[in-house]
Amino acid sequence: MTIVQLVFLLVAAGALFAALMVVLSKRLVHAALWLIVVLAGIAVLFVLLNAGFLAVVQVAVYIDAIAILIIIVVMLTQRAMGATKIQVNRNWWLALLTAVVLCVGLLALFNQMPALQSQAPTLEADAETLLDDLGVSLVDVNRFILPFEVASVLLLAALIGSIMIAWPRDSASEEERET
Amino acid sequence: MIPLSWYIIFAAILFCVGLYGALARRNALAILMGIELMLNATNVNLVAFWRYGTLAIRGQVFTLIVFAVAAAEAAVGLALIISIYRRRTTIAVDEINMMKW
Amino acid sequence: MQPEILTWLIPLPPILAFFLIVLWANRNNRLSHMLAVGAMLLSWGLAMVVFGMAISSEHLGQHPFASSIAWLQTGETYFNIGVLIDPLSAVALFFVAWTCLAIFVYSIGYHNFGKKRDPDDRVGLPPKAGGIDPMYARFFAFISLFAFGMLTLVVSDNLLLLFIGWEIMGLCSYLLIGFWYGKDSAKRAMIKAFITTRVGDVFMLLGLAYLYSETGTLNFRQILYNEEVLHTLAETPSVIAGFSTAGLIGLLLFMGTVGKSAQWPLHVWLPDAMEGPTPVSAMIHAATMVSAGVYLVLRFFPLLTAGWHEGLPLTPTLSTVAFIGAFTALFAATIALAQNDIKRVLAYSTISQLGYMVAAVGIGAYIAGAFHLITHAFFKALLFLGSGSVIHGMEHGVHASHKHVDAQDMFNMGGLRLKMPRTFWTFLIGGLALSGFPVLTAGFWSKDEILADAFANDHHAVFIVLALAAFLTAFYTMRQITLTFLGKPRSAAAEQAHESVWSMTAPLLVLAVFAVAAGWVGIPEGFPVLGGLLPNWFHEFVGGTLLEHPHVLSFTAVPLLTSVGVALTGLFLGWLVYRRVPAGAADPLTRPLGPIYRLLQNKYYFDELYDFLFVRPAYWFAETFIYRWIDRGLIDGILHGVGRTALRIGSFLRNAIDLPIVNGFGDAVGEGVKRAGSRFRVIQTGRVQEYLVVGLLFTGLLLSYVIFFQP
Repeated sequence: MTIVQLVFLLVAAGALFAALMVVLSKRLVHAALWLIVVLAGIAVLFVLLNAGFLAVVQVAVYIDAIAILIIIVVMLTQRAMGATKIQVNRNWWLALLTAVVLCVGLLALFNQMPALQSQAPTLEADAETLLDDLGVSLVDVNRFILPFEVASVLLLAALIGSIMIAWPRDSASEEERET
Repeated sequence: MIPLSWYIIFAAILFCVGLYGALARRNALAILMGIELMLNATNVNLVAFWRYGTLAIRGQVFTLIVFAVAAAEAAVGLALIISIYRRRTTIAVDEINMMKW
Repeated sequence: MQPEILTWLIPLPPILAFFLIVLWANRNNRLSHMLAVGAMLLSWGLAMVVFGMAISSEHLGQHPFASSIAWLQTGETYFNIGVLIDPLSAVALFFVAWTCLAIFVYSIGYHNFGKKRDPDDRVGLPPKAGGIDPMYARFFAFISLFAFGMLTLVVSDNLLLLFIGWEIMGLCSYLLIGFWYGKDSAKRAMIKAFITTRVGDVFMLLGLAYLYSETGTLNFRQILYNEEVLHTLAETPSVIAGFSTAGLIGLLLFMGTVGKSAQWPLHVWLPDAMEGPTPVSAMIHAATMVSAGVYLVLRFFPLLTAGWHEGLPLTPTLSTVAFIGAFTALFAATIALAQNDIKRVLAYSTISQLGYMVAAVGIGAYIAGAFHLITHAFFKALLFLGSGSVIHGMEHGVHASHKHVDAQDMFNMGGLRLKMPRTFWTFLIGGLALSGFPVLTAGFWSKDEILADAFANDHHAVFIVLALAAFLTAFYTMRQITLTFLGKPRSAAAEQAHESVWSMTAPLLVLAVFAVAAGWVGIPEGFPVLGGLLPNWFHEFVGGTLLEHPHVLSFTAVPLLTSVGVALTGLFLGWLVYRRVPAGAADPLTRPLGPIYRLLQNKYYFDELYDFLFVRPAYWFAETFIYRWIDRGLIDGILHGVGRTALRIGSFLRNAIDLPIVNGFGDAVGEGVKRAGSRFRVIQTGRVQEYLVVGLLFTGLLLSYVIFFQP
């Protein structure tokens, strides 16, 4: 057992435990915080995989933006479902069954694929070169400029869309509902 | 040192946990969190395969795109939740059954 | 102008008048009678012209005025319409024209033209108080049609056209007898007349068909003036043993005469026909209809006597004819003795006189029969019109005296000679003519000739019967005259009677002239003193109709003395018995005759017999058998049965098949879909999570299957 393997096992176990807590927590704020733990664990895994840039992006986008947003919205909608109400719907056992079946199936599938036992190839380039390459590939006309632009448009659309959706209808009906 | 299968197994389990969360929880935000877990699991999958494959940069590009998509989807989803909350003061998805027969 | 063309024109004015009145002029009374009388006048004029041409033409019998056109195609041949003026039809035309004209003019006054319409009078009933008849125009339309029918019959040249005219008159008799259709008795009488004559007409039609099938033609000249045809028909035996073809056909045609001329046994309709207005009675029973029957039998005399000539014993057909004629003459005369209604006496008298004519034909006395037909037409028409005048006077008396009595009963009359002189004198002349008063009246000459013929040919039975009938005729005629006109008035109505208007009495005068003078054209050559003064023009002229001119009889005294004797005796006795019958008294004959009187008064109960034998069964047949059993029971039963069966089938189809199976199937499909839908739609909870779960679950199961079973 090398150090790296140990680190991996610890981080993976931690992340999985935190994920379980996310889906099992009664209080939503706790769930959100456990989510942050998961995201952080994943960032560490990215580092182990020599994708440092992605680790940073993970922290910056997921933890700083998305998780925080979730916490904000949880705060905003606190009243709707407090901890006293039931948190799972009536078919939760079916969902459990589904997840278990899927998991077992996937694991069995992996068992049958010896190719998965392979080790990591050596990484010749250093991190900086990789990052350069990543940046250039995103704007190179012959390479991945198109997905990049599409992603930009998607973000734009999402931006506009979410503004439109969340726009208050008019102040009068807003106040009516409040009182 | 770390075989690929460990990462894949980890991603699979994480995905299934996220799936359970998405399917079994009543709170819309909790469902969103489950979805985030699933997306992250796929990300881990992607990066693992990038690392243990031919190291073509497209692995990372794909991951970045997934990031962007996840962010966009989270934003829109939260906007929807707020909008629904404004309308019906509830975010329990089994009370939002307007497409019922 | 050729006589043929004029002859064609003769029947046309009355039919034109009929249509004009019916379609156009029937609201205007004056216009209607002007049209009718004008048309009749025109026909009369044409008839006189043609008659004049006829008597001045040489050997009319051999060269008659004839003209015919093809009418109805029957395979290779045609039925024709044509006219024929030979001596018989010429003299018939003469008397028909005069009597019809007289009756037409008389009708104007009879139906009270010029008097106001009484508001109490109903259409269909006779006027109660002397107002104009509400159906005035209709009457003139009908008698115009009647005149048309008779004129057609007289001028026709074939049996078919004659039959057409015959039937038209049958229809008109029906219409006119029942003219006052509001009266129940009139309704019954009109049907009785029509049906009874119909019985005769059926046989006549059989005879017509038989004749046509035997000879292939119906033309008079081709059959009756044709030696070979008559000979063939006389020699061929017919379907009934004992009768030759000619005899059988003649007998069948004679049955038509029996019906139309009211001989026994089909006499029952004629007395009841008195229900019609008096001009109608005169028309039917003197001038036209009954004369048509005798005209037919005279026309077919050659056929009846085919294979026979004078001197031979009578053939079965001729015997039948003579028997019926003679029997009827006596039979009717006896009934007339016991009748109290002035018109009924005349009705039975007509039947009796027709019997004379038929008997004359039966014994082969062609000229005598024709002669009597013509003289009878004149004096009978005169008598009927006179009786109408009497009735009018009596009705006026009834109205004036406010005491209701039967205006037609002779026992309510009396002394009318003073109140109604013109009617009295003309009626007297007619009555004397009927009785056969010697020399001065036409009836004497014609009746005497028949008796002479009977005696000369040794038909003694016929002679005696006819002589007896003559006696009775004189008796009842004088009875009638005495009761009506002589003596003292027997009721208030008779006291208040007055003479009729000129439009009624003028025709009486005209007819009276003929009643006197018409006989003088036929005075036999051998007659003492008077014979030879005037030629027997009638014998000469009318005899030409036959192939063989009938030879003149030599004079014998016995028939002359017999006829004079019975006439004068009858007249004297009639006056004697009835001259002093007071008001309210019974008939003087009731005591001596006893129960026989009752028998006579009830017409030998023939009406009751026929009612029992024929009328009641016919009604039963129609009412019960046909109507109730067959029509309502069987036919309606079948229809109802079909209806009910259809209904049941329909209900069965509906309830057992349509509703459960067809509808059921449709409903089941719908219901099934609805229920399946409502069971399945539970899946649509609206909760996306649940949809996802189901989808993923199945995906997972599929994946497991793929992995673990690795197909």
